[in-house]
Amino acid sequence: MATVAVPVERKNYLNAEYGIRSWLFTTDHKRIALLYLVSITAMFFVGGFFALLIRLELLTPAGDLLLADTYNKMFSMHGQVMVFFFLIPSIPAVLGNFLIPMMIGAKDLAFPRINLLSWYIYIAGAGLYLWCIFSGGVDTGWTFYVPFSSLFSNTHVIEAGLAIFIAGFSSILTGLNFVVTVHRMRAPGMTWGRLPLFVWSHYATSIIMLLGTPVIAITLVLVVLERTLNLGIFDPSRGGDPVLFQHLFWFYSHPAVYIMILPSMAVVSEIIPCFSRKRVFGYTFVAMSSIGIAVIGFLVWAHHMFVAGISLYSALVFSFLTFLVAVPSAIKVFNWTATMYKGSLSFSTPMLYAIGFIGLFTIGGLTGVFLATLGVDVHVHDTYFVIAHFHYVMVGGAVLGFLGGMHFWWPKITGRLYPEGWGRLAAVIVFIGFNLTFFPQFILGYLGMPRRYWDYSHMPEWQGLNVLSTAGASILAVGYLLPMVYMLWSLRYGKIAGDNPWQATGLEWKTPSPPPTFNFDETPIVTEEAYEYEKMPLPEEVSLER
Amino acid sequence: MSNHSEHVASAKLYWVVFLALIVCTVLTAFVATIDLGKFNTVVALGIATFKATLVALIFMNVKNTSEKMTKAILISAVAWLLLLLFLSLADYSSRLAG
Amino acid sequence: METPLAVEHEARPELRHHFADEEQQRNAASLGMWWFLGTEIMFFGGMFCGYLVYRRMYFAEFAAASRTLDLKIGAFNTVVLLCSSLTVAMAVRSAQLGKRKMQVRMLLLTLVFGLSFIGIKGFEWHKKYVEHHIPTFNHYNVISGDGALTKEPGNAALLGLNDERMKDPVKLQQRQDEIQRRTKIFYSLYFALTGMHAIHMIVGVGIFIVITWMAHKGRFTPEYHTPLEIAGLYWHFVDIVWIYLFPLLYLIDRRGA
Repeated sequence: MATVAVPVERKNYLNAEYGIRSWLFTTDHKRIALLYLVSITAMFFVGGFFALLIRLELLTPAGDLLLADTYNKMFSMHGQVMVFFFLIPSIPAVLGNFLIPMMIGAKDLAFPRINLLSWYIYIAGAGLYLWCIFSGGVDTGWTFYVPFSSLFSNTHVIEAGLAIFIAGFSSILTGLNFVVTVHRMRAPGMTWGRLPLFVWSHYATSIIMLLGTPVIAITLVLVVLERTLNLGIFDPSRGGDPVLFQHLFWFYSHPAVYIMILPSMAVVSEIIPCFSRKRVFGYTFVAMSSIGIAVIGFLVWAHHMFVAGISLYSALVFSFLTFLVAVPSAIKVFNWTATMYKGSLSFSTPMLYAIGFIGLFTIGGLTGVFLATLGVDVHVHDTYFVIAHFHYVMVGGAVLGFLGGMHFWWPKITGRLYPEGWGRLAAVIVFIGFNLTFFPQFILGYLGMPRRYWDYSHMPEWQGLNVLSTAGASILAVGYLLPMVYMLWSLRYGKIAGDNPWQATGLEWKTPSPPPTFNFDETPIVTEEAYEYEKMPLPEEVSLER
Repeated sequence: MSNHSEHVASAKLYWVVFLALIVCTVLTAFVATIDLGKFNTVVALGIATFKATLVALIFMNVKNTSEKMTKAILISAVAWLLLLLFLSLADYSSRLAG
Repeated sequence: METPLAVEHEARPELRHHFADEEQQRNAASLGMWWFLGTEIMFFGGMFCGYLVYRRMYFAEFAAASRTLDLKIGAFNTVVLLCSSLTVAMAVRSAQLGKRKMQVRMLLLTLVFGLSFIGIKGFEWHKKYVEHHIPTFNHYNVISGDGALTKEPGNAALLGLNDERMKDPVKLQQRQDEIQRRTKIFYSLYFALTGMHAIHMIVGVGIFIVITWMAHKGRFTPEYHTPLEIAGLYWHFVDIVWIYLFPLLYLIDRRGA
């Protein structure tokens, strides 16, 4: 850098090298995390665009905005983009990539080049999916059910399937990297029992990624083969079995939802103790419950198939197992709440998101238990009740966790503070907008409104709740856009953050903000347990002022 | 240096295992021609599992590896596959005929 | 104030900067490959699941179709692959003992066996093509002509074609259509499974060409032969997949053969 009459900026991972090549060929996990951040945010807006059209169509009972076929494409692509190209990568590929090496005291992940490769694979998958969208899209529902997807759909099923197949490898490689890193790259003294719960949750997530994703990979391959070669393995008229597809599809896609929620739980487990100034209540229980969710999560998939034609005995078994999977999630909720109890609470933006998470995830999770009840499910399966349930856990849960985490670690990632007042405002707007969007959908589902219907003119009395839902969606959109604006603003005009503005525990906070390329000048030696908040000073007021 | 702990197998062991694998291959092909009723499949898969175990333990060095996680990963992956197979096939088996 | 970069390692250049020592690097590589193989178990496993579901549903048709696969060639190919696993294991052992020439010899033999397997597979597939047993291609037909299932002894009885009811031409036609449909599922899965396996073999051959070149250049020593070791793990895994494919596909019901 040329000598000029300005203070020389300390070298960190952002200014260590300049130029597009230094970003596109980086192996620094922190830069790769930012590459992912840009990509998944772009895909979030793509998925959000489809949601916008859905909610606009549903303002009126008649199908008057879009053609029926187009509407089918809207909800299909909204689901696929949001699940496969936003939610599944989001926290692991952005926050996990950025933080895990630092949290365990390592210089990088175990396989930095594979980390970069996994981003390129994601881009290839996302690119192919965008090509699919611009070629006309796909209308099979996000679930690709056969025989519609394999035989009857006239849309670009093959491109969509292959795009998701490719993106799946990105997921597998990320999971592989995390597991090997946590096993082999921990700093001296960083025992399993001292790991931040963020790491435990991501470890559990990675196990799911590794053991589950290959199954959907092969399932999509079979659908693509079926469609190109007209084999008939999923065609009932030729002896094929559509329920087999569903078994294979859901074997991954159910654990996939835990891939989407565990990282958010990881974030919440870091935020709650920090803004309660207390160690996590029941650390071991929370850590083990992450593993429990991962394991039991693989045993419940056929609860998506209760009315698909599986045997009654299967249904009973899977219903029971689904009740079981609620237990470790509940344990986490109890432990977070107990952490807050008699803590010194401060309602910063991350804390607002975390508390919002706890409430909304609880509602989403409990309604999942309703759905696990066979009798109830027969009534509300394929209605808006299901849609409301999964949006409560995926948006109220996973997205709120993502936003909370982005705010919490923003000072570390960028060296800047976002404006706290705007942060809190946006969090409240998100919370209100979200509930207004999705709570009416529970009622609509209970009243019988089917999902994936573009026209509900046979029941015009559903319009009121639909209008509320769309209004909520527009508020939610504002809540999403605000952080984009003020966080970008903060990159240039935000207050300079210190190393540890929140006075949080964790090795990542012991590095400068932004951290240097290799994280630590010397390998740290860990002697403390996680979350020793009684030893930490209170954060300076400047971090939390408006 | 790091590799003094690495276990070097004897060439003889590799040849013995190889021979065992060949014998098992011939055996499984031969047994398939004999009528054992329902046990034909059991025996065939049993022999295959025995062969796979030999390859894993000896050729892939699972038996003497210094890496503690190897066995855990192998067992987990196999267990997960059995989960998929068992619960799916159980659905089909427990349906009423037709 | 410049943040000092990571300490430059004086160790061999293979040691990457984020690892503390070579043992950590080797363990990480091994763990990574084992996890990858775990994902491959689930990948092939998904197809095995589909196969087992349909085999249970259409056992007679699957057994009859399986009998049209050449048992001797399948067994021979299994032996070929087992030989390749032996040579891979010997190659790794040679590296552990610092024997460069032996390494290369063993690796070249591995390539020979691997390519032979692929060649023989191609021959088998060609046979299926000629017999009209490949769905979608060349007029799939298992009822009449070169590919008639009934050409195999015992198949007619197995498929119930000798049954009293088959004297009725309508019922016979229905049963034949059913056999045509159901065996198509067997062959579809046969080609999907062996095709996926072959793709993995081809990738394996590609990897081993690179490994053989590296061995020839003397890159593997008793202290460092990690790429060879983990490539070997991959190769053995592909062998194990075939160890299961052979009985599942070729040996469904060979009683009396």
